[in-house]
Amino acid sequence: MPTALAAVTRAPLDSAALVSAVSGSPGSGAIVSFLGVVRNENLNRRVTHLEYEAYEPLAVRALDLILEEARDRWPAVVLGIHHRIGRLAIGESSVAIAAASPHRSEAFAACRYAIERVKQIVPIWKHEFFEGGDMWIEGATADPDDEAARQAALGRT
Amino acid sequence: MQITVRLFARLRDIAGTGELVRDVPADATVRTVWDRLAREFSPLDAYTTSISAAVNAEYARLDARVSEGDEVAFLPPVSGGSPALLVARCSLLIARYMTDLTA
Repeated sequence: MPTALAAVTRAPLDSAALVSAVSGSPGSGAIVSFLGVVRNENLNRRVTHLEYEAYEPLAVRALDLILEEARDRWPAVVLGIHHRIGRLAIGESSVAIAAASPHRSEAFAACRYAIERVKQIVPIWKHEFFEGGDMWIEGATADPDDEAARQAALGRT
Repeated sequence: MQITVRLFARLRDIAGTGELVRDVPADATVRTVWDRLAREFSPLDAYTTSISAAVNAEYARLDARVSEGDEVAFLPPVSGGSPALLVARCSLLIARYMTDLTA
């Protein structure tokens, strides 16, 4: 079965498979890949592990929307985003992104845009477990139509 | 009419369940569903200004109408607020505070 470009999965992420999935075109001259990894410290808390929870059908749609936004902006880029959910240990990857394009600047830009948008609009929540307690990490209200948020993500590319 | 409510993350913790079936009036909007829920589980009220919502797994506005059998999901803020947005929010809070001071 071919690797989907947008996926939410409980299985460990396979960055190499995602890179192959985006790199079919002989016109590709650059492939940028990104892995978000579970860190052992957050705001001076010693993190033991994380649990990610998703509203899965909407999360996949939100990932598809990000791919569509990126296609509009960088038509030559092929982008893929996989997000893992469930319990993750320190050092495991929670998100994998790959972007292939004829030239490196678009691949870097699309990859950066993708991770910023994942954090803004994909309904996946991080439950942090640390020495002495646990807490849900809450950032911004998820709103795919929030143009200021989209511009902020573009501004980081 | 009957609808299914889905709750996630901290909202699910507060309600003690991720899925509820509730009766709502025929002209109910997403906001009506939320207001009733926030009365039933009062700590949810703290999320009134920061939730987003989905109807049948599509993002929806709070004023969207709901229909019999719909799945209405409430989503607390997601994990990655961009620093730019946090700055915007802080500015807004400061602006409100200043307005209060000068009121």
